[in-house]
Amino acid sequence: MNLAYYPGCSGLGTSREYERSTRAACTALGVKLTDIPDWSCCGSTPAHALEHALSGALSARNLVGAAKVGCDTVATPCPSCLSNLKTARHRMADDGFRAKVGRLLDQPAEKLADLPDVQSVLETLVTRVGLDAIRAKVRQPLAGLRVAPYYGCIMTRPADVMRFDDPENPTSMDDLLTALGAEVVPFPYKVECCGASYGVTRRDIVARLSGRLLGAARDAGAHAVVVACPLCQMNLDLRQTQVEWPGGRAVDMPVFYFTQLLGRALGVPDAELGLEQLCVDPAIAFRRAAQAVAARQAEEAALAAKAAAKAAQAKQAASANEGGRA
Amino acid sequence: MDVTNLESVRDDDFIHAVMEESGQDLTHCYQCGNCTAGCPCGFAYDIQVSQIMRNLQAGRKDKVLNSRSIWLCLSCSSCTTRCPNNIDVARVMDVLRHIARREGRVAERGVTTFWDAFLASVRKHGRVYELGVVANYVARTGRVWTDIDLLPRIAPKGKLSPMPHGIQGRDEIARIFQRYEEERTR
Amino acid sequence: MRIGVFVCHCGSNIGGTVDVPGVAQVARAYPDVVFSSDTMYACSEPGQAAIVDAIREHALDGVVVASCTPRMHEPTFRRTVERAGLNRYMFEMANIREHVSWIGKDREANSNKAAELVRMAVEKLRLNAPLYPKSFDVTKRVLVIGGGVAGIQAALDCADGGIEVVLVERESTIGGKMAKLDKTFPTVDCSSCILGPKMVDVSQHPNIRLYAHAEVEKIGGYVGNFKVDVRRKATYVDWELCTGCGLCMEKCPSKKSPDAFNEHVGVTTSINIPFPQAIPKKAIIDPTSCRQFVKGKCGVCAKVCPTGAIRYDMEDQVVTEEVGAIITATGYDLFDYTRYAEYGGGRYPDVITSLQYERLLSASGPTGGHVKRPSDGKEPKTVVFIQCVGSRDRSVDRPYCSGFCCMYTAKQAVLTKDHIPDSRSYVFYMDIRANGKMYEEFTRRAMEEYGVQYVRGRVSMIVPQGDKYLVRGVDTLLGEQVEVPADLVVLAVGAESSHGAPQLAEKLRISYDNYGFFMESHCKLRPVETNTAGVYLAGACQGPKDIPSSVGQGSAAAAKVLGLFSRGRLESDPQISQVDVRRCVGCGKCITTCPYGAIEWMELRGEMKARVIETVCQGCGICTVTCPQGAIQLQHFTDNQILAEVNALCLS
Repeated sequence: MNLAYYPGCSGLGTSREYERSTRAACTALGVKLTDIPDWSCCGSTPAHALEHALSGALSARNLVGAAKVGCDTVATPCPSCLSNLKTARHRMADDGFRAKVGRLLDQPAEKLADLPDVQSVLETLVTRVGLDAIRAKVRQPLAGLRVAPYYGCIMTRPADVMRFDDPENPTSMDDLLTALGAEVVPFPYKVECCGASYGVTRRDIVARLSGRLLGAARDAGAHAVVVACPLCQMNLDLRQTQVEWPGGRAVDMPVFYFTQLLGRALGVPDAELGLEQLCVDPAIAFRRAAQAVAARQAEEAALAAKAAAKAAQAKQAASANEGGRA
Repeated sequence: MDVTNLESVRDDDFIHAVMEESGQDLTHCYQCGNCTAGCPCGFAYDIQVSQIMRNLQAGRKDKVLNSRSIWLCLSCSSCTTRCPNNIDVARVMDVLRHIARREGRVAERGVTTFWDAFLASVRKHGRVYELGVVANYVARTGRVWTDIDLLPRIAPKGKLSPMPHGIQGRDEIARIFQRYEEERTR
Repeated sequence: MRIGVFVCHCGSNIGGTVDVPGVAQVARAYPDVVFSSDTMYACSEPGQAAIVDAIREHALDGVVVASCTPRMHEPTFRRTVERAGLNRYMFEMANIREHVSWIGKDREANSNKAAELVRMAVEKLRLNAPLYPKSFDVTKRVLVIGGGVAGIQAALDCADGGIEVVLVERESTIGGKMAKLDKTFPTVDCSSCILGPKMVDVSQHPNIRLYAHAEVEKIGGYVGNFKVDVRRKATYVDWELCTGCGLCMEKCPSKKSPDAFNEHVGVTTSINIPFPQAIPKKAIIDPTSCRQFVKGKCGVCAKVCPTGAIRYDMEDQVVTEEVGAIITATGYDLFDYTRYAEYGGGRYPDVITSLQYERLLSASGPTGGHVKRPSDGKEPKTVVFIQCVGSRDRSVDRPYCSGFCCMYTAKQAVLTKDHIPDSRSYVFYMDIRANGKMYEEFTRRAMEEYGVQYVRGRVSMIVPQGDKYLVRGVDTLLGEQVEVPADLVVLAVGAESSHGAPQLAEKLRISYDNYGFFMESHCKLRPVETNTAGVYLAGACQGPKDIPSSVGQGSAAAAKVLGLFSRGRLESDPQISQVDVRRCVGCGKCITTCPYGAIEWMELRGEMKARVIETVCQGCGICTVTCPQGAIQLQHFTDNQILAEVNALCLS
């Protein structure tokens, strides 16, 4: 089964580290990605907010391109691309819509009836590679790292189009991160919107919504937020200085792409994962994790010492008792 | 506040157009309000989404198409996911934007300017050129201080491309837009 | 033959879109028709009198009435012709209302179709023959399935009426959902105080035989003479010996068994009597958690039981009961709220169901009637109730209103204030449905006297926040998004059909709807009857119902059974299959296909032939289409009669 790869435009710019870490992690796991030749933009929100057939045509061009190179499935890291590509394919079942899209494209509409399936890279990894195989390849477990998994609003919704994981409480990334040795904190806002692309035009919206997410991660004791979406990452990381922190208490909250943590756990060198391209210093998270591990070890040692002391005391008391009896 | 004459405000053609284009049956909405309850952007709306739905049922075209809410909807699909009547509310909001754009009604000019800048970039290069989109947006809106505070944060990261990544099939993409415009004006 | 045709206007119901006098006139030309007329209401007294007069005046020996569905008025007109001295089967009905006037608007097409339906009826009637019912004895015992309040009422009313009752209950005690309730609306009286005496009556009534922890396995026979196999599931305690002293529960070392009676709020012992007023008050062992069963060693209960009642080797037992009628009162189950992931999907300990909350309110519940949060045992000060969880929600395939949630929520909000005077309750609702006597007044009291805050709108999401839960909703009357930090959230879960209901319906040969609720014979006029003679419905198995309605139906079903049994003998329907032994080749195909076991072998002059057991045959006709010889014929629906109708339609 051939897997086509659709990087999405932001992979060439603001989400370079997602793109780099995705490729690095896939290579480490033996997942071969065939780039769609001369792929183009899916049109994202601006296209579907203007007209559905336009959005459908911009997406369909890429799916046709994937079919041309013999691929039956397209994987993409970006949920916005995923949503557009999947929606286009879903709506193509409607004859009227397909004809309308066909009129916008160079290709005839017949080609659009049977387009390749689309899935997120996350889905590819958890379903094709599988958690057991991933777990077996972990070289550097993310011990002590407490993470808040944030899926973004559209990777699983609407459920009848996306058909992956639970639309309200997805768990695939939780499971993946757990397999990597991280500790997943209960995070109630897994699918609550971060403000999407409104950062430029309505900063107040992103400030509030992303602030709520970061505040919840802070309150849950997370060392970092882990995301699967370039836009979410930008809002939470780059714009972290702009957000309204609930209660006014700002912290430095690193925001990783899940592929970066995956790559790290698999032993991929940091340089290939683009960790240095994150705005909030990722070292903060690893430092907190190391502290947590140290604290836990100290606690365990203290407990063991206490237990040993108690046992010794009991032994002493017992021998004293025996001595008395004797 | 004026008394609303339900007969005179009702535009049945508008109701039918929204139902037709969205494929959603507006009569299924029983106004439970769940879409509003979960809408992350409700705080910024002038008309809450459940009231958009109610106004649609009443056929109040002007009220709906002139609202700011339809431009602030984040397309996050919370409403769609939780609607007890299986209405794809997010799709209805999308369709309202389509109709409003066709009629040249835009209550949040900044949003559409950004989207237009985005699509212009796609049309020109085949892929989005991020710096170009922001530059275009700033030029069109005159908001020269937009995100200037972020520049020192992002510049050293070496992520922003100084040049667009044009594709070979640029003309193909341009033709899609051209045909779209021809279809629209037809 | 001399046939009379009567075409009914049914006011404007038929007359509006059918040329009724025209149809009557056309019918006069049909073979053997000697009289025809139109009539305004054939079913009315003058309408029937006109039929009787015409039969006498024109010496008719067969009658066709073209009017409505035979389901309503066929019995009426059969009695009419009988009054005039004809056999009741010398009558045919053409349905020109449901099949014609109500479904088409084209007057000419309608009139033509009506005339053709009349012609078909006439052609069939020409081949009709008088049929005579036989009478048979009735077993004057009734089976009641389900020991909730509806079944209890039905059982007591039947028993008081002097007939023997076999009451089968799936759980180890009767009482059903009502036994789990703390108080009942709108009077706020103690549920177990009013139900308890009835439960005791059941256990003490000489006419009632109770099988608890038992299920109906197989049902055979027919009205008046059913044969029912009841599986008495193993309880591992000899109930003849068990005195219900409770010593075994005290000593049982396995204390983490699921507590179903308390809706899984907390746990219980593996040997258990579910609650103090249980009937029968007998212990039962849960083999999924009992150490003796799981680990193979323990035996504590056997050691402490003063009467030596413990039987680890007990097995299920099947008993057969003969009854003449069956009342099914199998109640309902609760919607599985974990399907609402946005409300935590079961992950949040302090988001509970309304029935769990009843157990927290109840003095016999796991907290002794003190309202404590499951997570930390704290008394909640802010309680949020969310209505319509699994009701009026197409997205989870529960589009119907469960009917009683509005009222029990108001009651629980009132009780919350009684238990915790410094608390505040919020109720998120869509519409308040309080259409019972004193119901509306009760919800008003909740708001006016108890200060319950009613918020019109749904809740979108529940978010844990510290040791509270942020309930994010909408107040559609304010037109604003709202949120409430709650200590406890109670979900007013809706009703769904009892698990296993469709399977039971198939055993009973009754219909059920898309959601598993049993179908009544007529939604208005035959609410407790089914389309299977001798099988009756009571309570929420037919659809969500509150206590007064369930009790009312229990009594209604009992009245139907008593009415049935008041006749000494029952008449069998002569519309059954008959074998022509000259044509029967003894292939036995009919015997294997009959769903009722109504055909048996018989020997006739050394040859094996099929024979219909008249009292068992239900007249379904499957055998007639199976028989390769056409030797078995359904009376009143013979091949010739049906072909005559087909020919009338196709050849004319």
